[in-house]
Amino acid sequence: MPLRSKHLLGLEGMGKEEINLILDTADTFREILERPIKKVPTLRAVTVVNLFYESSTRTRISFELAEKRLSADSVNFSTDASSVKKGETLKDTVRNIAAMKIDMVVIRHRSAGTPHFLTQLLEASIINAGDGAHEHPTQALLDMYTLRKKYGKLKDLRIAIVGDIRHSRVARSNIWGMQNMGAKVAICGPTTLLPWEVEKMGVEVYHNLDEALSGADVVMALRIQLERQQSSYFPTLREYSQLFGITRDRLKLLNKDFTIMHPGPMNRGVEIADDVADGPYSVILDQVTNGVAVRMAVLYLLSGGEGKFEESG
Amino acid sequence: MPKPAGTVILDKKGIQRALTRIAHDILEKNQYSKNLALVGIRSRGAFLAERIAKILGETEKTEIPVGFIDITLYRDDIQTRLEQPVIQKSELMFDVVDKVIVLVDDVLFTGRTIRAALDEIIDFGRPRAIQLAVLIDRGNRELPIQPDYVGKAVATTLKEEVVVKLTESDSQDLVTLMKLSKPTKYALKK
Repeated sequence: MPLRSKHLLGLEGMGKEEINLILDTADTFREILERPIKKVPTLRAVTVVNLFYESSTRTRISFELAEKRLSADSVNFSTDASSVKKGETLKDTVRNIAAMKIDMVVIRHRSAGTPHFLTQLLEASIINAGDGAHEHPTQALLDMYTLRKKYGKLKDLRIAIVGDIRHSRVARSNIWGMQNMGAKVAICGPTTLLPWEVEKMGVEVYHNLDEALSGADVVMALRIQLERQQSSYFPTLREYSQLFGITRDRLKLLNKDFTIMHPGPMNRGVEIADDVADGPYSVILDQVTNGVAVRMAVLYLLSGGEGKFEESG
Repeated sequence: MPKPAGTVILDKKGIQRALTRIAHDILEKNQYSKNLALVGIRSRGAFLAERIAKILGETEKTEIPVGFIDITLYRDDIQTRLEQPVIQKSELMFDVVDKVIVLVDDVLFTGRTIRAALDEIIDFGRPRAIQLAVLIDRGNRELPIQPDYVGKAVATTLKEEVVVKLTESDSQDLVTLMKLSKPTKYALKK
């Protein structure tokens, strides 16, 4: 069974079968990352442009490594060193890049829906690397991969996502994806940082952290996104960390064999305490390693060409 | 058992004899080599490699390491396919450096699979040598590749297909030659 779309725009509405296909494929690529030569010639003929209209460390390096490990040619674009500074519109920039014959575009943009807009402009496969506060599908896929690797399945896992849900594309993608896989997702944060009518997404909503953590298997702490907060959503960082910070004391509320996750970058001492972030139950760095394998899987699965099947003999 | 469609090339006994002979030929050719290892190409080559290793183990009373590779990521037609094949893991649990590796596959045809397998193995390290064992050599090579050990050589045309069934995946041991309505180059490989 192949993926249904040649783009990866989001996990909303993506079925269990498709998600499992990506995670299974990622498992194969995870093995390649342990080889002496961590590179396969699979996407030799593919050119990928990484269009980052917003800053990024992990996602961008991760995509770039995934492309290189698959032998694709990749080109990087960031707004501060480009004609965007001279006032070129997104549409013009993208059309010009497309005129240079590319096969795939990885895009991050501050506006939700930008990757969807690009699908109308380009023939290339579009991969969403984060659009505003909407979706960040590869991050959610790597989170699910990391959990599936540890627990064997996602079904019936109790996952608490804590913090700034309102501005978080990681939270949205994870809520949709994990629920599709049969996990039970709870969210927790101050009322001002939860989206309106969030309960319609089918999650349990908590405003008290201890209640949200009781009986959970997994805690995902989200970053307080200071750059997206034009007005203040809570009085002080200190108050926030006292009410919603994941501290060592609170870990005893969790189920045995629990897992701590964070999509990064972390504000240490705000949403997550130092000793929790660096503890043995933390998979924060595994998430990063697995991210490369998951992105390789996505690039591979979206790169199918048009033509006949050929027996190789 | 119902009469199989197509012409039978090897039956259960025939496959067993062919593998035994290949195993003995491997021993004879590599009698001074302590570093023998088998690598089967998924999926049926992997089963054959395991069977040959078992025969070698019984004759020589030593365990020969067996690895498996999936060559999908090294294929040369990956960009021209409609959808991407599901990939299985490669499992080379031993160090290939300085090993004499016998690569095992069910059918040798165009040689493209073997080319891909050679590239993949060399990415794991530098073996002393790589030899090739196949159950069926059906000719029609598109690359300069030749086997060292052959179970049975069969002259075929592109309008024929060699179907290998092994108990590990197909509930019986049988190799048949089938007629196709159009050239096999464009047939769907399972």
